[in-house]
Amino acid sequence: MLREIRPAIFVLLALTLITGVAYPLVMTGVAGAIFPQQAQGSLIDRDGKVVGSALIGQEFKSEGYFHGRPSATTAPDPNDSTKTVAAPYNAANSGGSNLGPTSKVLSDRLKEGVEKLKAENPASPVPVDLVTTSASGLDPDISPEAALFQVPRVAKARNMPQERVRDLVTQNTQGRLLGLFGEPRVNVLALNLALDAAAK
Amino acid sequence: MTVIGWLQIILYCIVIVALVKPLGWYMTRVFNGERTFLSPVLRPVEAGIYWIGGVDERREQHWLTYTAAMLLFHVGGFLIIYGLMRLQALLPFNPAGQSAVAEDLSFNTAISFITNTNWQNYGGESTLSYLTQMVGLTHQNFLSAATGIVLAVALIRGFARASMRTVGNFWIDITRCTLYVLLPICIVYTLFLVWQGMPQTLGDYVEAATLEGAKQTIAVGPVASQVAIKMLGTNGGGFFNANAAHPFENPTALSNFVQIISIFAIGAALTNVFGRMVGNQRQGWAILAVMGVLFIAGVAITYWAEANSTTMMHTLGLTGGNMEGKEVRFGIVASSLFAVITTAASCGAVNAMHDSFTGLGGMIPLINMQLGEIIVGGVGAGLYGMLLFVTISIFVAGLMVGRTPEYVGKKIEAREVKMAMLAILVLPLMYLGWTAVAVVLPGPVSAMNNAGPHGFTEVLYAYTSSTGNNGSAFAGLSGNTFFYNLTLACAMFVGRFFMIIPAMAIAGSLAGKKSIPPSMGTFPTTGGLFVGLVVGVILIIGGLTFFPALALGPIVEHLAMTAGALF
Repeated sequence: MLREIRPAIFVLLALTLITGVAYPLVMTGVAGAIFPQQAQGSLIDRDGKVVGSALIGQEFKSEGYFHGRPSATTAPDPNDSTKTVAAPYNAANSGGSNLGPTSKVLSDRLKEGVEKLKAENPASPVPVDLVTTSASGLDPDISPEAALFQVPRVAKARNMPQERVRDLVTQNTQGRLLGLFGEPRVNVLALNLALDAAAK
Repeated sequence: MTVIGWLQIILYCIVIVALVKPLGWYMTRVFNGERTFLSPVLRPVEAGIYWIGGVDERREQHWLTYTAAMLLFHVGGFLIIYGLMRLQALLPFNPAGQSAVAEDLSFNTAISFITNTNWQNYGGESTLSYLTQMVGLTHQNFLSAATGIVLAVALIRGFARASMRTVGNFWIDITRCTLYVLLPICIVYTLFLVWQGMPQTLGDYVEAATLEGAKQTIAVGPVASQVAIKMLGTNGGGFFNANAAHPFENPTALSNFVQIISIFAIGAALTNVFGRMVGNQRQGWAILAVMGVLFIAGVAITYWAEANSTTMMHTLGLTGGNMEGKEVRFGIVASSLFAVITTAASCGAVNAMHDSFTGLGGMIPLINMQLGEIIVGGVGAGLYGMLLFVTISIFVAGLMVGRTPEYVGKKIEAREVKMAMLAILVLPLMYLGWTAVAVVLPGPVSAMNNAGPHGFTEVLYAYTSSTGNNGSAFAGLSGNTFFYNLTLACAMFVGRFFMIIPAMAIAGSLAGKKSIPPSMGTFPTTGGLFVGLVVGVILIIGGLTFFPALALGPIVEHLAMTAGALF
């Protein structure tokens, strides 16, 4: 048994150096050289300033922007560090609501969301992804139905013809990969950037 | 449920089956010590490790020595993680300025990663420095995965060998597994993931000014290199709190598809390694068939339940499935499929929040883990878990016809059956026992996020996941308390090592037996009858053990939900 102690130390250290130090550092170097944009977090620059990441959702509240999904992320309460407060799209603390199918809290929240959206656009059925929170709280996408649902509001707030806004939604809709994988979706940040660009 | 949804599921199964033979062939060569196409590069590194470790390549170990070597190796791994977490504030590669992690949380996390569980009572981006993530966690992702694989190989050698005292050399197996199997795949895999959009940087968290003028701090880091081994090694510990649901940890539908393939790839291929080493590949396919039957049944139920959605959403006129806690880019089918796969294997990564699944949709992941994660299972752990069930099944078949049972040429006798039962019984003792303790204590009860039966399921899920070394969670449970940190660590430790030691005892005992050629009276273990028998034994043993607990949690919740009850 004693003869197993030397390999227990040195094989462990050697493998730790290879898999815990060399591997991540070399991969960081190589990935950064081949895919610099992705390796840094797919950041989007506008006028020389970072406005966000193409992959990370951000909060939109104004009428003139398309809104993403509700987000359940939190942040530490500045007044009491043992508690947390709601902080939608906090990209430094991802997470979901974790509310189950018989939760009264969830039921009340959904009801409120549905009523608000129905008041905004009574003509269309409320898309489910616009009232449910995502798993990460950072979902960058909404379904094409959820984008089209918001077209009347956005068009009115921006004084743009609805067709024009609807065209932008269509242009920013991504289909399934090879017609098979994933779900059709619209990246909210990309759509809103396109909207801003069209307004200029 | 849609046609496109089912096409994704079928395509997934085809890819996994197609990978079994080539990967099984390659791994068999690696563990038989033969040359591979990577030897010119890796052999000098391998020889160097043996040289500094003082490992004699010709010496093999008795099963007790093999197991002891494995345990010593884990003591070292534990100390590295625990030390890094406690000292990370003083060490480099900490751009976000994370402070030292508390004792109980560090203890829980260290146990969690050496047991291949990767249960996370912390949020990665808000707790750990890059150094802890890389040197502590990434390295243990490799080594705990390699440990599972080499233990399965040692057990296979037990079946394959005759009249021998040894089952292999732990140091050689672990080194070869890491260098020849895990590392090369991970290098290619990391680059693929970065191409898909996963960050791989040591830079600071990014400060962005959003379109509406708010400030958004975006956590980044050396994500891709850790995610590659996290999935391939069925570890499942997320770089970020939201795990594979985080857009940085699973950016696209394609990255998602490749991630679920990498969960099953090695575990499925090990059935082929088994077949090759015992000299008949059909023995391996029969075991994979048992896994396949249970898997498809699970996928169908979860997919149906999630697409069918919940009563509260129906009442509000919301269609399109239960999207609470799911991401738009994955939708219902890819989220359901991921949940079943991650719990069938002992991966535990999640791309949707299981806590928000419907009663029945969340019950399947729970059952997968309670069966002992034998449906493909954790790398290695799944195969040795399944071989324990096979041992019991063969024993039952022997009782029916009144003959000493035999499997792949080995007589299965009292010692093997006792050891298999010990390993199988230890799991429910942990997850049922600790759940019972937790739900009668006021403190642990107050940690639940949901009221009613769903809250009970959160606790049951936590102990099931930790005992099964899975690591996925009904994440609403606030597990970072002294009570949960300690009891969950206990469940993880017992669930891992009290399954491994009996399995290794069987390996040692079988290796010493003579091999007997099949005769007229031998029960064929490659056909449909065998597959049916094993599936039956798994469901009966499993069902009798945990059905009462399920009745109190997901089943009653489903009934309450259909009746429109809210808690």
